[in-house]
Amino acid sequence: MTDILTILRDNWVLLLIGQYPNGPLGGLAITLILSVVGLALAFPVSLLLAIARVSPIAMLRVPATIVVYVVRSVPLIMFIFWVYFFAPLLIGRTVSGFTTMLVTLVIYQAAYLAEVIRAGIEGLPKGQIEASRALGMSYLQTTVKIVLPQALYNMLPAMVSQFVSTIKETSLGYVISVNELTFAANQVNSTLLTKPFPVFILLAMIYFALCFLLTRYARYLERHIASKRAGSLRTMPAKPAPAAAPV
Amino acid sequence: MNLKLDFAVLLHDEYPKLLVEGVVNMLQLTGYAWLLAMILGTTLALIRMTQNRWAERAVAVYVEYHQNVPMLVQIFLWYFGVTTLLPDFAQLWVNQHHSEFLFAIIAVGMCMSAYISEDLRSGIRSIPRAQMEAARALGMSYLKASRLVILPQALRIALPTLVSHTVLLFKNTSLAMAIGVAELTYATREIESQSFHTVEVYLLATMIYLGISLLIMAVGSVLENRYRIKAR
Repeated sequence: MTDILTILRDNWVLLLIGQYPNGPLGGLAITLILSVVGLALAFPVSLLLAIARVSPIAMLRVPATIVVYVVRSVPLIMFIFWVYFFAPLLIGRTVSGFTTMLVTLVIYQAAYLAEVIRAGIEGLPKGQIEASRALGMSYLQTTVKIVLPQALYNMLPAMVSQFVSTIKETSLGYVISVNELTFAANQVNSTLLTKPFPVFILLAMIYFALCFLLTRYARYLERHIASKRAGSLRTMPAKPAPAAAPV
Repeated sequence: MNLKLDFAVLLHDEYPKLLVEGVVNMLQLTGYAWLLAMILGTTLALIRMTQNRWAERAVAVYVEYHQNVPMLVQIFLWYFGVTTLLPDFAQLWVNQHHSEFLFAIIAVGMCMSAYISEDLRSGIRSIPRAQMEAARALGMSYLKASRLVILPQALRIALPTLVSHTVLLFKNTSLAMAIGVAELTYATREIESQSFHTVEVYLLATMIYLGISLLIMAVGSVLENRYRIKAR
């Protein structure tokens, strides 16, 4: 335990922001930036994918379904290497590890988030869509004004969980030497050499503290939304949903 | 971009051997880790069912830890950290016997057991308590009632999430490459760095992952249909 505290005291700057003032930003800061920006950029893509997934038009539904299935069936590490090798070929210049990781996270999370949003859309009572169509709203109007606000609001807890997954996934940046938290901890480990156990326990504890808080928050949201739905069904649809990304 | 695909390259030299070894190691890792995850996961779910407050808390801590720490970090902790805590003779033994494979199984299996115990727990919770009481009233022991009455039903209810977590376990075996287990991703990188035929080898590996994941999902949906609990 004293080992862990000593390591934390000596290396907290490196773990938190890397060599920032004298070098590139790193550590926990990069982990957070990657996951926040990654999920925020994945959100609009996932929204389009989810709408295509439930669309009555097969031309939209089938490709979106294939994309979602392929992305969900292949390990993240494979996508990291695909982007790592082919992004430079496609745009004709070198791409930083940070950008590679960000692009990969956007692709990967878009597919997962799309399934979350789709579940939210399919969880709504059919009667609502029928009612809004009967009132003369178009399919697009129904989707934008009736379906999505409710689906996204109901799925907020799941999106917070998805944020936790994204934070955990950034740890794979280590394999392409992105300077995030896991990479920083490995640097600390290779300078200390003799204390791998305390270093990696410390690393696990930092991730745990962050992700556990968010998981708790997701559960709180879940209870809150469930009680709201049960308590005041009549006012629920009138409440405007926060339509932005959960981050 | 000028792409000419030449898959025949993958048949040169020792590449086929590397690939086959990679696939075999990947499947072995998946199999052993899955067994460990199922056994541990079932045990944890049963411990939680006893409603002993302390046992329940201990399991909750176990589950939260494994769900809120990245699996890569867990693998590092086992491979770099826990090994240093072992007594000397055990360290020696471990170093001589492909410890990376063993620790990858432990890390992946233990991490996924947390998810599997949660799947089973929600399955168990959906079965009325009266069934357990009835089984006990008929003279069955706690374990026998669990085995014959509760678990067969809970397993069926939990099947869809169990299948998706099996796919997750399979995909996450790729992380073992970070500690040098020669599984498919590791072999792919080896071949790429020797042959420079990046597209071919990554395409092949991606297809293998995709195929096996889809196969697991297909088997899952067949099982779901066969063992569906008929509506009463």
